[in-house]
Amino acid sequence: MQLIPCPWCGPREEAEFHYGGQAHVAYPSDPSALSDEEWAQYVFFRDNPSGPFAERWSHSAGCRRWFNAVRDTRTHDLLAVYRVGEPMPEVAS
Amino acid sequence: MTAELVSPLAAWTSRLPSTVSERPFLSQLTVRSSDTAAMGSVLGVAFPSRPCTFTEGSGRFGDVSVLWLGPDEYLVVAEPGLQVPIEEGLRACKGSVVDTSAQRTTLVLEGPHVRDVLAHGCSVDLHPAAAPVGTCVQTLLARTGIILQVTGADTFTLLVRSSFAEYLAAWLCDASVEYGLLGETPVTGRPQGHR
Ligand SMILES: [Zn+2]
Repeated sequence: MQLIPCPWCGPREEAEFHYGGQAHVAYPSDPSALSDEEWAQYVFFRDNPSGPFAERWSHSAGCRRWFNAVRDTRTHDLLAVYRVGEPMPEVAS
Repeated sequence: MTAELVSPLAAWTSRLPSTVSERPFLSQLTVRSSDTAAMGSVLGVAFPSRPCTFTEGSGRFGDVSVLWLGPDEYLVVAEPGLQVPIEEGLRACKGSVVDTSAQRTTLVLEGPHVRDVLAHGCSVDLHPAAAPVGTCVQTLLARTGIILQVTGADTFTLLVRSSFAEYLAAWLCDASVEYGLLGETPVTGRPQGHR
């Protein structure tokens, strides 16, 4: 089973984690000003790159903290993990 | 009128592996706070400063352990019956303190095969080089969420949710068979006398 490095707990097996989708999707600053199309964009539309992708993960069976990870969608390699609030690290693609 | 306390593993006492024993009813308080220095001085034990560790100390509430659960989250563990005085003692400090004593029961595992038994269902590296005394991890054991403390060279303390305790006891019996740690009583089905 793949090990995922939690930024707090270190490497743990994949089964301890839950996936949270794309990272850095900012909540609209003025939601009521959005058109239906813009709201749909915010709620439903996500990037789908072939390569490095910044995602949210939760260490749900461990420290129960959310963190961010850059995962290569082609290889499932986790290229970097970083805590919430930290900037996305540079990764070689 | 107070209800009689029955521990989650009361019916398992004679059936557990010889190296496993329950320590029921420990006082447990979930603490979320950034003011851990003040809380530490109330309890007489410094809060853990590193993730996945625990600390021990002694003070006006007797022997107290503080387990790291998250960046601002801890579990304070003390002898049975102290949850109310500890909560009152911590009330002056900033943060939240919640009595979670009934949420989990505690098992003590010991002996030279303890790591072998745990390795049947736990993926965390428990070699002393990777998990020295003082380590405290939240992880899965046989798909059950646990808190595991390394308390001695071959001694572990395991906290498990009360509703999962019987399942985990049965699993521990099964995992212990090949090391000859089970008594004479064969483990078949649920023990009699369970409510
Ligand atoms: Zn973690």
